[in-house]
Amino acid sequence: MIHHHPEKAKLFVLDDERAHWHDKALWFMRVKRDRAAATVPEWEQLRTAAEGIKLHTLSRLADYLEEFERKATANGIQVHWARDGEEHNRIVHGILEKRGVKKMVKSKSMLTEECHLNPYLEARGIEVVDTDLGERIVQLAGEPPSHIVMPAIHRKKEEIGELFHEKLGTPKGLSDPTLLTERAREHLREKFLQAEAGLTGVNFGIAETGGFVVVTNEGNADMGTTLPPVHIASMGIEKVIPRLADLGVFLRLLARSATGQPVSSYTTHFHAPLPGGELHLVIVDNGRTEMLSEAHRRKALCCIRCGACLNTCPVYRRSGGYSYSYLIPGPIGSVLGPHRDLAGHASLPFASSLCGSCTDVCPVKVDLHHQLLALRQEAGEEKLLPFGKRMGMKLASFVMARPALFRAGGKVARWVLRVAPGLARVGPGAVWLRGRELPEPPAESFADLYDREMNGKPEVKP
Amino acid sequence: MSAREAILSALRASRTEVVAAPAHPAPVKQGDPVVRFMESVKAVGGQAYRVADDAALAAGMAGLPVWSAQRRASLVPGIDGTVDLEAVADPHELADLDVAAIPGEVAVAENGAVWVKGESLGPHRAVFVIPEHLVLVVRAADVVNDMQEAYGRITLPRPGYGLFISGPSKTADIEQSLVIGAHGARSCAVFVVG
Amino acid sequence: MAKVGLFVPCYVDQFFPRVGLATLRVLRSLGLDVEYPRDQTCCGQPMYNTGCSQEARPLAERFVRLFSGYEAVVAPSASCVAMVKLQYPELIGDTPEVRALAGRTFDLSEYLVDVVKVTRVDGEFRKKVGLHRSCHGVRELRESRSSERMDAPFDKTRQLISQLRGIELVELERADECCGFGGTFAVTEEAVSCMMGRDRIADHVRAGAEVIAGYDMSCLMHLDGLARRDGTKLPIVHVAEMLEKARLSR
Repeated sequence: MIHHHPEKAKLFVLDDERAHWHDKALWFMRVKRDRAAATVPEWEQLRTAAEGIKLHTLSRLADYLEEFERKATANGIQVHWARDGEEHNRIVHGILEKRGVKKMVKSKSMLTEECHLNPYLEARGIEVVDTDLGERIVQLAGEPPSHIVMPAIHRKKEEIGELFHEKLGTPKGLSDPTLLTERAREHLREKFLQAEAGLTGVNFGIAETGGFVVVTNEGNADMGTTLPPVHIASMGIEKVIPRLADLGVFLRLLARSATGQPVSSYTTHFHAPLPGGELHLVIVDNGRTEMLSEAHRRKALCCIRCGACLNTCPVYRRSGGYSYSYLIPGPIGSVLGPHRDLAGHASLPFASSLCGSCTDVCPVKVDLHHQLLALRQEAGEEKLLPFGKRMGMKLASFVMARPALFRAGGKVARWVLRVAPGLARVGPGAVWLRGRELPEPPAESFADLYDREMNGKPEVKP
Repeated sequence: MSAREAILSALRASRTEVVAAPAHPAPVKQGDPVVRFMESVKAVGGQAYRVADDAALAAGMAGLPVWSAQRRASLVPGIDGTVDLEAVADPHELADLDVAAIPGEVAVAENGAVWVKGESLGPHRAVFVIPEHLVLVVRAADVVNDMQEAYGRITLPRPGYGLFISGPSKTADIEQSLVIGAHGARSCAVFVVG
Repeated sequence: MAKVGLFVPCYVDQFFPRVGLATLRVLRSLGLDVEYPRDQTCCGQPMYNTGCSQEARPLAERFVRLFSGYEAVVAPSASCVAMVKLQYPELIGDTPEVRALAGRTFDLSEYLVDVVKVTRVDGEFRKKVGLHRSCHGVRELRESRSSERMDAPFDKTRQLISQLRGIELVELERADECCGFGGTFAVTEEAVSCMMGRDRIADHVRAGAEVIAGYDMSCLMHLDGLARRDGTKLPIVHVAEMLEKARLSR
């Protein structure tokens, strides 16, 4: 997995027109986010508060989960616990099987992606329809989402038109987003009306009130939870917040960070099942308690899945969601994936220039680029670096620890580059030189110039 | 050991030092909330109308093109619809509902959101999302500056259900082109009374 | 012991000696007692950013030994300064000595503005300039407000060079997007790195820049390497070189 990201990224960059199209589309989201954030004078204080609330909650998570469970149960919500994805899927399937459900609609949940719920249920004869438009597009195409908020951001409208022509019978050549969306509305309306159960993710669980909040723009979570009598919600343990009032802080940040909207169209608070219906909540660990046990990893669990770090990341924008080996792409995925399985995602901590834009854009101040840097050290300690890189750094360190060797070596190298510049192409400079020139090597180093300057001798032009 | 015990005991075993909960920042108030709310509703793709009183509301509703549709449901006192929601046994029967009028409890200036409590939805929660069009009615006195203020007003009496609605249903999942009317209402008109 | 220890990063020493000299002259023109510890080599950042803590550690330790005696350490490179200031405590231990050195190490712009308190710059630079705000200067050292943050804007480098007579600072579409250098990233992720750099250059060209100015030669080296390969006439200049002949006063 060491070469995974660079190789995929290289292919993405090769299609220059598309790579720039992708970059501009996501940069546009960043611009919209900036404009939306700028309308809130207390933006930075909100970020600090949001971070603080999350860190506080994580530091007392067992207590808050128990409070949440107690109150949710009193509200008539059936609470289930799952250690891992497999157990989560088993619980969901058990609920559906007991009620003879054959058709389920689902709104966006990265957790169910993480648990691979869809294939699990499909293998057991249950139709699962993703109802978020972007998710439905990638589901019809047989692809995973390439972005956590805009799952089909990598597809051009003409390609979606082609897909809809094939799968939903739209006229060939139709690529107008309004008309394609209209067809999807019609198609999914039918699915909503037929569904016997609806599954949603959870944006926030509220310990104080024993309820949870689901946020969408399309209203798909609402269609899927107000028509069928059974609602199942899947929630990672880190989604709990202490109080209802804390939502005031998070909801001011979430949509502005995600899409540049002041708030999403629908922010639905569930505290009880439909009259005569059932409401199940599955609380899932799947590796989170382990991540929580280590202070330096804990912060990654503050993430509220807004996707702002993807939109701002200059590497994500130019390499696309599928260049990342983990199902969540971009900076947050490059932290979460390796936290789970470093060897399996060894290229991800390096798929970053460490520019820090992700850290500054994050509404809950996850120190993403510093986590990436820390993960690089772990990769080094676990001997996951490519041999050449490790040897190169060993050699460089050896030389740099010996100033006389460094100065002599530098002098020789500069001389070689001046008299035989072609030689650079066979050394470690070869990759650099593929798309760039090296700087013109000067005859003298700074140390030489320094001596002359301090001794009052004039500088010799190289 | 059950999954519940396994998760909770693993969390307790990590013995994390408790971090104190921070105070929420005090939001800066920006201009007249009602004016700002109306602007926000328009910015999120809705229509905003201010009317002086209930009589003006009735007149305003009557003049609204979407309110002339065949199948209208109203949950707003004093406004009559054509569909009796109490007589509808199954929410699926609302699939051809043209428009619903629903009262909001709190309106938020910063984002055009209207808090609708579960009780205001009548017998079927689906009434806010299934019709083609939506009309929301709020009182000017119930307009607050921001979400933090809004949560100071919201109560969740049993059966606890409620939501913020900000404009019509929308999506931008195809090349980020904004399309109004994804799954829910294709339009959202908001009347501010008072 | 001299007051200011001049820290000239290894690649500046070898490839951009003029930048080191300009930095020296700027500091000395302020009447500061500057010394260049000759045994300095590399701060260890390339190793550390590659995940080779073990290889970075001895270099960090010798850097601390060499520079601990100075009242201030100044370098014409935000990235290397950020390594000392922010990563050394993590790398070699958060001791009082390391912490003190971290607090006394500065990039040239922040040293001039925050420590020397230069307010007036009397000089000339008659060109349209695009300022490349290197990431570690922006988001580690906070030399300018990052475009992501919503607090009050500031820009220490701009504050200095904008006073030069005849200078015209052009407005970029993306004020502080990364150029894609990123140390070994430039080689490991060569394709993305080059694309990022070309996009930055294009932004400067569109904005009408005649020269790209910056405070980090590593980014400028990458941008210059791309511009020269592509035949784009867009020379680079370090802030120290722009200030070299100016008169700075408090």
